[in-house]
Amino acid sequence: MNLIGAVEEGFKKDIKAFNIGDTVRVSVKVVEGDKERIQPFDGVVIARHGDSTRETFTVRKISFGIGVERIFPLLSPSIEKIDVLKRGRVRRAKLYYLRGKKGKAAKIKEKERVFVEKSPAKQ
Amino acid sequence: MVGILGVKLGMTQVYTEDGKAWPVTVVEAGPCCVVQVKTLDKDGYDAVKLGFMEVKEKKLNKPVAGMFRKAGVKFFRLLKEYPAAGLNVGDFLTVERFAKGDIVSVSGVSKGKGFQGVMKRHHFSGGPGSHGSMFNRAPGSIGASSYPSRVWKNQKLPGHMGSERATVKNLEIVDVKAEQNILLIRGAVPGSKGSIIEIKKES
Repeated sequence: MNLIGAVEEGFKKDIKAFNIGDTVRVSVKVVEGDKERIQPFDGVVIARHGDSTRETFTVRKISFGIGVERIFPLLSPSIEKIDVLKRGRVRRAKLYYLRGKKGKAAKIKEKERVFVEKSPAKQ
Repeated sequence: MVGILGVKLGMTQVYTEDGKAWPVTVVEAGPCCVVQVKTLDKDGYDAVKLGFMEVKEKKLNKPVAGMFRKAGVKFFRLLKEYPAAGLNVGDFLTVERFAKGDIVSVSGVSKGKGFQGVMKRHHFSGGPGSHGSMFNRAPGSIGASSYPSRVWKNQKLPGHMGSERATVKNLEIVDVKAEQNILLIRGAVPGSKGSIIEIKKES
């Protein structure tokens, strides 16, 4: 099994940590003809699946009143980068309940930012 | 064409440059040592015998160990003969015989399924599941009556399935990792994890 791990290791890349409930901007590479451009996809991360190189995450957004979900492989080369726009406070690992909610009910509270002040060393 | 022996380690997925996820089987293949060369003059046909998976001498019985000793090579658990010429005793066949993009066929012993009915074993369609139907997974008629008054040979019936040699052709080599003796083969290959498989280049 560790040899499989070694194979997978070669595909790992540095990805900024994001969690379920965060609002993210996924920059997706789109190839049109022979040109390539970056298309952003903004939304709430409602699920993360799998592990290692097989991990995927689901991003949900409301586009012109229609709910749109996209599942991305976390390590896909067609993802340029993932930016976290907001950190959400949620109590579930899978936010599928958002599918049935509209408007304010589908809002996720933002995580309060905690500024940790370095406490002076105890004497 | 000389094949190479390997151990199926399991499956994972890799990404292509254009962002596609490919399912791959990870195989630890070779190095296989040529332990005997058969020639037309001496044996009546040309062949090479390959050894795979080193073992201690005491694990083998005396006739087999004697063969390795006579050839002056190490001791191996598995032996496999291929019709070929041009190799010498002591040569090693490694994964470097394969390159990215090569098309191979992979043989092995498929996973055992036990005693199975005709739907799983022979892909019969079965009957309706509901609406009062009492014909669900049965094979149905297995032949005519007065002639031949018996069941034809090779009639597809329930029985043991799997645990037999199976070959998957036209699989692509996705990557070769020579220092770890690893091949990545696109798609699934027969057998469970840890089973012995045989990889041959398609000619």
